[in-house]
Amino acid sequence: MTRGRFLFVLGCIAGLVGIAEALRSPDVPAAVVAASMLATTLRFATPLTLGALAGLFCERSGVANIAIEGMMLAAAFGAFIVGALTKSLAAGIVAGMVVGALMALLHAWLSVTLRVDQIVSGTVINIMAAGVTGFLSTEVVRRQAISGAGLLPAWRVPGLSEVPVIGPLFQQQPIAWVTLALVVVAHLVLFRTAWGLRVRAVGELPRAAHAAGVSVARTRYAAVMVGGAIAGIGGGYFTLEAVPVFEPMMTNGRGFIALAALIFGGWTPAGAWVASLLFAAANALHINAQQFGIPVPAQVVGMFPYVLTIVILAGAIGRVTPPAAIGQPYVRD
Amino acid sequence: MSATDPAGAGGGGPWLLEARHLTKRYGAVIANRDVSFGVRPGEIVALLGENGAGKSTLVNVLYGMTAPDGGTLLVDGQPVRLRSPRDALARGIGMVHQHFMLVPPFTVAENVALGHEPSRHGAIDLATVEGRVVALAARFGMEVDPHAVIRDLSVGQQQRVEIIKALDRGARVLILDEPTAVLTPQETEGLFHVLRGLAAGGTSVVFISHKLGEVLDIADRIVVMRRGEVVGEVSPADATPESLAAMMVGREVLLRVEKAPATPGEAMVVLRDVQVAGDRGGRAVDGVTFEVRAGEIVGIAGVQGNGQTELVEAIAGLRPVAGGSLWLCGVEAQRLGVRARAALGLAHVPEDRQRHGLVLPFSVADNLVLNRYHLAPLAIRGVRQARAILDLARNLVARFDIRPPIAEVPVQALSGGNKQKVIVARELSHDVRVLVAAQPTRGVDVGSIEFIHRSLVAARDAGAAVLVVSAELDELMSLADRVLVMFRGRVVGEVAGSEATREGIGLLMAGGGRQLGDVET
Repeated sequence: MTRGRFLFVLGCIAGLVGIAEALRSPDVPAAVVAASMLATTLRFATPLTLGALAGLFCERSGVANIAIEGMMLAAAFGAFIVGALTKSLAAGIVAGMVVGALMALLHAWLSVTLRVDQIVSGTVINIMAAGVTGFLSTEVVRRQAISGAGLLPAWRVPGLSEVPVIGPLFQQQPIAWVTLALVVVAHLVLFRTAWGLRVRAVGELPRAAHAAGVSVARTRYAAVMVGGAIAGIGGGYFTLEAVPVFEPMMTNGRGFIALAALIFGGWTPAGAWVASLLFAAANALHINAQQFGIPVPAQVVGMFPYVLTIVILAGAIGRVTPPAAIGQPYVRD
Repeated sequence: MSATDPAGAGGGGPWLLEARHLTKRYGAVIANRDVSFGVRPGEIVALLGENGAGKSTLVNVLYGMTAPDGGTLLVDGQPVRLRSPRDALARGIGMVHQHFMLVPPFTVAENVALGHEPSRHGAIDLATVEGRVVALAARFGMEVDPHAVIRDLSVGQQQRVEIIKALDRGARVLILDEPTAVLTPQETEGLFHVLRGLAAGGTSVVFISHKLGEVLDIADRIVVMRRGEVVGEVSPADATPESLAAMMVGREVLLRVEKAPATPGEAMVVLRDVQVAGDRGGRAVDGVTFEVRAGEIVGIAGVQGNGQTELVEAIAGLRPVAGGSLWLCGVEAQRLGVRARAALGLAHVPEDRQRHGLVLPFSVADNLVLNRYHLAPLAIRGVRQARAILDLARNLVARFDIRPPIAEVPVQALSGGNKQKVIVARELSHDVRVLVAAQPTRGVDVGSIEFIHRSLVAARDAGAAVLVVSAELDELMSLADRVLVMFRGRVVGEVAGSEATREGIGLLMAGGGRQLGDVET
């Protein structure tokens, strides 16, 4: 992500906090609104960041991924049902990752092995995830009255979480913390390891990787499935960290906003994270406006993330170069 | 001219790499038929043949990129199976592809490391690779910065990176597929220097080319292929360009174009300070001024990517003229569409015939009338006249010797040379006053080249103004009455065709010329 774009994003987030501050009712302290905005932003950014990192590994290897939404939705259901049946939240998370990776395996098989158009493959996965989870949740979960295993407890940073006003920032649930770590790990893996070099090579010029003795298919399968597992953690956020239930279509388009964040972030982990924060801040304003009685129409504020997505994807804030081989199946002769 | 069996080839020591009786088919096409080929340690072998003769298929098999349908490969006398380039690299076979296998946003070191990356504590260890790159570059007299990003390097520099990449993998045999196609004459000299150094150090070199002079210059031994078969093997001492051309084509070939001196008439193409934008922004053509007169052939030379493609597209109407003015046949033309320019008498042989010249699934006949299918008698009140189209097409197929001589087959079934003849036939079949031909003989067999050259000269002699852009200096020097050289979007020099030398033009192509503000009129 370029410096200018980075500053633009920070400015936008500051602006959104500023709007909340300017419009709060006088009996709420400014510091409380600011802290609440930041804490909610961080929380809302979690599924977006995970979705964007999922797309990152997939697309950096040259496989377009519009199926983040479907992968997260299926994983949210898998995490919920396994968590509920085993009464173990940890098992739920593992199940989410497995389901995410399996959905990714399907995407890889369709687009790498069968060379199906990757947008078609992604659409298939999105529709399938919506259909299967919707069916199972009404026909199995509701009929059997399965209830969830509860929510992951917040992990508090000793000391800092006790500080007044900014304390809430340091009381996040596990997946939010893991997400922050994953941004760093993803960067190191992609740019500092041999495997990362291969992933980027097959995403830029697969012929060159093949000629250098790298298996394009194997590398793409691995990258897509690593992405799927990360999307699976993102799915776990919905049913293990946000609410303890599964509802049909509960990802509500966040997989697509994650994709927008990935693109806006220029296919880098840090860029994707910062872009996710921006979208999350827009959402946070929406929630905090209701909470603190800020007198802006909820619909207008709620529109924000989507308007931002359109503006950003239209290339208004400069264009970035996608991985060159994205969307192209590799055919060796 | 019988196929040689390398195992029986006289003397010279054991083969390092040997192929016996290789066969490879693509559908109904036999790319390699019973090909036997070998290379000894420290030897430079040239593999000579026309496009489509099967050279690339053979070396792709040697490098494990392509699996053969039959035959055996031996390394150090031991039979091997190469399932992928990884297997080939492990046995000391390295390759520099015609289209470089370098990842553009990666650094030199990252590209060299790819596929055998050294790691320390899980992190990739690029410092080690950088050290090896510097050492190899120094040893063979090449200048390469391991931190440079590939997309910032010139084609010649990228080629050196490819060579270093292969050597770093421990290549004992280095295969180069048409390595000089993208180089200036000076860069070619530099490459030959490196290759001779490698051979002197014991590395074997397989050098693929269709350029006769180069092959005679660099090779210890020349193996000639035609139509998928090895048709002969000669030592450069016993060969001449004419004898090699005859082996390649299978008959005597006229290497120089025969033409009378030009008699230039009035200016038919006039460019005044023309600017054209490139694909990635910026000015690909940056203020070009020249004229082409009726009855002359003007050639444009230059290393690929110096604005020639954009210039031709701007003249043809495929790309907007961003600044300056363009006149065709006395009419200001920069705002005219393609069809309006054709109506003025402009014919265009595009650089990329597959994309811009032909509709591949359409028949030869439909492709032959693409520029006037809408005019009577081919269409009457908007209805196609199949009979008239076919009659015209059959006539052109016969006149331009298009093979197979069937107007109904899809044009994609034709060879490169015959596809090009379809385009030339179409463009020259109407009243041509200006002909713009970009790379008219790229990927075309020698026999068709001869025919296309004669057609261009005939168009000139009939009074057309002809502009030819080509990467082949020999072609320009023999065909053009005047040669302009482009460098970084500008015309940096002009030489008369009769006085042109490879060295002189090569120097200009590399940017060593004076800037020409205006060409005298």
